[in-house]
Amino acid sequence: MTKKALIANDRDNVATALADIKGGEMVYAHRGDQEIGILVKNPIIFGHKFALTGIKRGEEVIKYGEPIGIATEDIEQGDHVHVHNIASQRGRGDLKR
Amino acid sequence: MKIYGYKREDGRFGIRNHVIVLPTSVCSSETAVRISNLVDGTVALPHQHGCCQVGADYEQTVRTLIGLGKNPNVAAVLVVALGCEGIQPGVVVDGIKASGKPVESVVIQECGGTLKAIGKGAEVLRKMVQQASLAKREEFDIGDLMLGIECGGSDATSGIAGNPVVGFVSDMLIEAGGTAMLSETTELIGAEHILARRAVSEEVANKLLEIVDRTEQRSISMGVDIRGSQPTPGNIEGGISTIEEKSLGCIYKAGTAPINGILEYGEEPHSRGFFVMDTPGQDIESITGMLAGGCQIIIFTTGRGTPTGSPIAPVIKVTGNSSTYNKMIDNIDINAGKIIDGGVSLQECAKEIFDEMVEVCNGKLTKAELLKHNEFAIFRVGYTF
Repeated sequence: MTKKALIANDRDNVATALADIKGGEMVYAHRGDQEIGILVKNPIIFGHKFALTGIKRGEEVIKYGEPIGIATEDIEQGDHVHVHNIASQRGRGDLKR
Repeated sequence: MKIYGYKREDGRFGIRNHVIVLPTSVCSSETAVRISNLVDGTVALPHQHGCCQVGADYEQTVRTLIGLGKNPNVAAVLVVALGCEGIQPGVVVDGIKASGKPVESVVIQECGGTLKAIGKGAEVLRKMVQQASLAKREEFDIGDLMLGIECGGSDATSGIAGNPVVGFVSDMLIEAGGTAMLSETTELIGAEHILARRAVSEEVANKLLEIVDRTEQRSISMGVDIRGSQPTPGNIEGGISTIEEKSLGCIYKAGTAPINGILEYGEEPHSRGFFVMDTPGQDIESITGMLAGGCQIIIFTTGRGTPTGSPIAPVIKVTGNSSTYNKMIDNIDINAGKIIDGGVSLQECAKEIFDEMVEVCNGKLTKAELLKHNEFAIFRVGYTF
């Protein structure tokens, strides 16, 4: 695992930073046997995620090959993906009010 | 594989030889601590419960107290009661006695108050400790080991390194004929469908889905967003955005073994193999449940770093984050961050953790034990009346 980012599953539309990434940096990661390059727009700290593709508002964010939440705004390729632009769909008693 | 421990009256093996002072309620907890302070080689388990509890909540606390007393790491138990509390001392004493181990009790209201209870308790306790000190470790098969798997203070490395490597260790133990359990039902929300496929029967799969639904419904019925506490602020800072993401990373620590059954909080497994226990995501309460279920050892993965230990069992701390390992070097036993840094495979690191687990079983003290981290808490499922 010497790449700067990890794509946990081939289906994922986000990658996890394995090192601090500067805004505007080209980052390479393995998707299956292929190496893909993404221009990361924002600074991403170790462990945080960035988008591998555009994700429209309301679409699922996929990590580990599974949905981890829904985009709350349009996300562009290379954007930081975190609590500011995705939301959990589970345990949401607040939505029942 | 052979390891060394203390054979108990019920045939189980402990890897520690603790004499515990167990209060039946909050009202006797302070006295229990003072008794324990007087006698070397003992540990008290003070708690906030045991009175004015009803129904399933009462049953769960009773099951937990009895299960902790029966845990094979415990050589003998002194039960300390006030006398008038909801959980009556006889219930706890008789429950633990079924294991055949020495159990005595002191009732504060029956012996003249605090000072006399302390005197009587210390008198009983020193004899118990001297007797327990005669026990010698003997050989037993690692198949008799029950491992509790916990994660706490997760970050993005937990799902990449810390949890997958411990999942591998769990599989190794199951392969050797042992038992392991996953817990923390909150942290299965969003990943339960994957685990359910591993259940040995439809009944077990349905029970798994039921405990996750039950937990999720608690937050929904409260009208709150579970993100108020799950993921925690530290999880979020570490890169985890939602409970689903946290859960999907958490379940890697369950390895790949078939799931034999779903256990209530503090319930003992009916066979060997892999189990899931219904506990909350709060680490201390979760660990207590697994120890009451009979686990002799805990492996605890952490991304952010945590000091958590236990009064009756060794807790081995593993992090998948090398930076955290260095920042929390006082508390973390093994750095699995080298899987991410490169040069060490998951299998190699799993072997290192397995070997460490065997050494700890044989008596090596963990960092949590050396620093006397005796965190203890019991999960409640009802109100106090």
